Amino acid sequence: MPALRESLGFLTSRLRQVGIFVALILIVILFQVLTDGILLQPQNVTNLVVQNSYILILAIGMVMVIIAGHIDLSVGSIAGFIGAVAGVMIVHWGWAWWLAIPACLLVGALVGAWQGYWIAYVGIPAFIVTLAGMLIFRGLTLITLKNQQITPFPNELRALGGGFLPDISGGTSVLEWLTVILGVGGTAAILFQALKERRVRRKFNLENEPMAWFAVKNGFIAVLMLIITFLLASYRGTPIVLIVLAVLVIVYSALMNNSIFGRHTYAIGGNLHAAELSGIKTKKVTFRLFVNMGVLAALAGLVFTARLNSAQPAGGTGFELDSIAAAFIGGAAVQGGIGTVAGAMIGGLIMGVLNNGMSILGLGTDYQQLIKGLVLLLAVGFDIFNKNRTGSGGGSSMGRRFKWKTTPPATETSTPATSEPVAVDAK
Amino acid sequence: MNVPILQMRGITKTFPGVKALQDVTLDVNRGEVHAICGENGAGKSTLMKVLSGVYAHNTFDGDILFENEPCEFSSITDSEKRGIVIIHQELALSPYLSIAENIYLGNELAKNGWVDWRKTNLEAAKLLARVGLSENPITPIQHISVGKQQLVEIAKALSKEVKLLILDEPTAALNDEDSDHLLDLILHLKGQGVTCIIISHKLNEIRKVADAVTIIRDGKSIETLRLDQGQITQERIIRGMVGRDLESLYPDRTPNIGEEVLRIEDWTVQHPQDHSRMVVSNASLNVRKGEVVGLAGLMGAGRTELAMSVFGRTYGRAVSGKVYKYGQEINTSTVSDAIDHGIAYATEDRKHYGLNLIEDIKRNISMAALNKLAKRGWVDGNKETTVANHYRKSMNIKAPSVAAITGKLSGGNQQKVVLSKWMFSDPDVLILDEPTRGIDVGAKFEIYTIIAELAAAGKAVIVISSELPELLGICDRIYTLSAGHITGEVPIAEATQETLMHYMTKEKE
Repeated sequence: MPALRESLGFLTSRLRQVGIFVALILIVILFQVLTDGILLQPQNVTNLVVQNSYILILAIGMVMVIIAGHIDLSVGSIAGFIGAVAGVMIVHWGWAWWLAIPACLLVGALVGAWQGYWIAYVGIPAFIVTLAGMLIFRGLTLITLKNQQITPFPNELRALGGGFLPDISGGTSVLEWLTVILGVGGTAAILFQALKERRVRRKFNLENEPMAWFAVKNGFIAVLMLIITFLLASYRGTPIVLIVLAVLVIVYSALMNNSIFGRHTYAIGGNLHAAELSGIKTKKVTFRLFVNMGVLAALAGLVFTARLNSAQPAGGTGFELDSIAAAFIGGAAVQGGIGTVAGAMIGGLIMGVLNNGMSILGLGTDYQQLIKGLVLLLAVGFDIFNKNRTGSGGGSSMGRRFKWKTTPPATETSTPATSEPVAVDAK
Repeated sequence: MNVPILQMRGITKTFPGVKALQDVTLDVNRGEVHAICGENGAGKSTLMKVLSGVYAHNTFDGDILFENEPCEFSSITDSEKRGIVIIHQELALSPYLSIAENIYLGNELAKNGWVDWRKTNLEAAKLLARVGLSENPITPIQHISVGKQQLVEIAKALSKEVKLLILDEPTAALNDEDSDHLLDLILHLKGQGVTCIIISHKLNEIRKVADAVTIIRDGKSIETLRLDQGQITQERIIRGMVGRDLESLYPDRTPNIGEEVLRIEDWTVQHPQDHSRMVVSNASLNVRKGEVVGLAGLMGAGRTELAMSVFGRTYGRAVSGKVYKYGQEINTSTVSDAIDHGIAYATEDRKHYGLNLIEDIKRNISMAALNKLAKRGWVDGNKETTVANHYRKSMNIKAPSVAAITGKLSGGNQQKVVLSKWMFSDPDVLILDEPTRGIDVGAKFEIYTIIAELAAAGKAVIVISSELPELLGICDRIYTLSAGHITGEVPIAEATQETLMHYMTKEKE
């Protein structure tokens, strides 16, 4: 069966990409068994989504920053700070939610601009600037809150963290029909998009993934979507934050793949010098990336505050580590140039399922941290191992949706001076 | 008097696909300064790497006799034990460590693993006195000039009780004063019995210090000229360096030259770190429509620096001078300004400055002109693929598809991707820096054909190259640069390798 052999060959060449899907499924199955089926109960699935939403929002901005070759350690503190600002605006000053939310996002943008200025225009490494930011904005959080939590928030804001889309059947049905419509519609849209992309690739003579793998992959994604839809629909429907997240993922995936801004981000991370010599305004792009990160951190802070119904001095602590881990587990490269929004989402879900599953099992934070750390190490270690083994990567079909690490063959980069006598006398 | 200290016999060194050295012979007498001359890429540095053990003894053919004993070095450590020390053009000093620490780096004066600082600094001071450097040994390396750093390297060599000192282009990065001082020091060391091999193509320096000159060309030793036999003359060296046949490896072309497109006037560029050095001084040149203009110059002449400083000030500091396009002065102070004015610069170092190696062909081609494919900030991916497919076909880029990763392509195909990128930005002036470096002969011909086609299409092309036959084969006019000065402008009808080499080695007035 040549088709089967072709598919198998393709799978081994896409080990990293296939691997992370398989890893997510295995982890889900493992905890489903260990927790006696609690993990995939409708209520828990809903919890899983809501609990991880702010990490996933942060991971979107984080993976973009990492693709450009930077890092942001301050997002947890920024999220906490914005929670505090929201508390002051809404609870103390009595601002309406529709005024406070844009105002908070604006503050986030200013915070991002502050850090972006130091990184892009002054040239201080992002690690240092955001390490400073981590302290600065934690300090500002404590100052703003005067070390006390602010609570309660109005219901409109709380809906952002714990609200659901309305039940259009008026409570007469077991399933939330609006959720079913959205879920089935979304699944259809994804399949349609995949088919369209495949047609376009054929039209332009780009190599396509084998049909068998294409069918299995998309069939699997569709089934997964429908299962999640069913589980959500049989509890309370679609969390509002899931809609927010879905819109962000779609918009930012498109931005990274198809906008000039996204392309420039990949170019900067892939080869900064080449990007500069191609006329890309690298400083401007870097600045904008951090402004964007600030806005997303502000949004994450709002969602988190809304979910807890309280702005807390320690709010957002450790978020930066979870979102960085999500980006790296999702295939982003430390040296930049490689990574995808979708990958970071899967990385985030792996961390989320681990958190949730271990909590259900009653494992303390001690073991949770131990295991999460090992998973991060193994995921990136697997990348490096895989890279060294094959010495190559794929950049074609799914590269757009899920790019993985690639490296030029050793003969091309490691020994230019010795393999080319012409270059021996080079400057 | 003439006692041989070093004899290299029948040295042949092969890299995959290329014979870098072929049956090279080198005889160096004790106590002499022996210069090695040759064009860029002739094999001088390779020969020195063979000698100093960078290439282990089993990776080349031939014999090395040092002080009449055969040598089988596996590493630099082995050759240093015998008193052979090489100082590379790129200095191997650690900027944050002190002079004394650098001198004894890897060779620390220690007792039971603890460094004896008193002795280290004392001995270092003695060595500094020997090389005529009056600096405190505890000064960090980064606080002294490149010229003084060069002296520290020599002091380091002396600390290893050097018998044969090899200097690879020692003055390439130095200003005139420091160069003179260094040459004096070499003569001084010679008086103390240190034998010296110096690689250089600055003929005036060679005339000043060398007792013998061995000329290497295309990986072969051509001849050894001796001072005491009156053989060291500029003409003789130049003839030896270039004396090869022009091969007909170039496409036929009938130039159709039009109006002036680009003119550069009084272009002056300072070295980015060493402010006392002018990398380019008062350079003026022009290029016309449909014309291919060559920029010839030896290493360190300032060719790349000139091009990059014009292209968005990507090199140097305190750049001054004017750029005119069609007679109008233009501002090229950022890369995007330069691109907007229709200037393109394809780098000599495509891996570090030209390509995003982890990205595919089409995204590399579109990188410099994404806005041509975009509407309101959104890139039309289908259009991009169409464009990339067009160049893949017209430039004959050999790859499975335009979605192939550029890092996996051969040098020639990578170069074609770089050229495609700049052709897509639709420039009026293309500056091509070493467009055929590191690519095989077949691909070279394709690149020459592309250059000819660009000129035929009315582009103005500037080609920077170290290979004189290449410039003679494809250019209509050639400028020569020497030490940052334009020393000659030669129409192709009058250009020969000898005349060019004459101008390239000419001193500024």
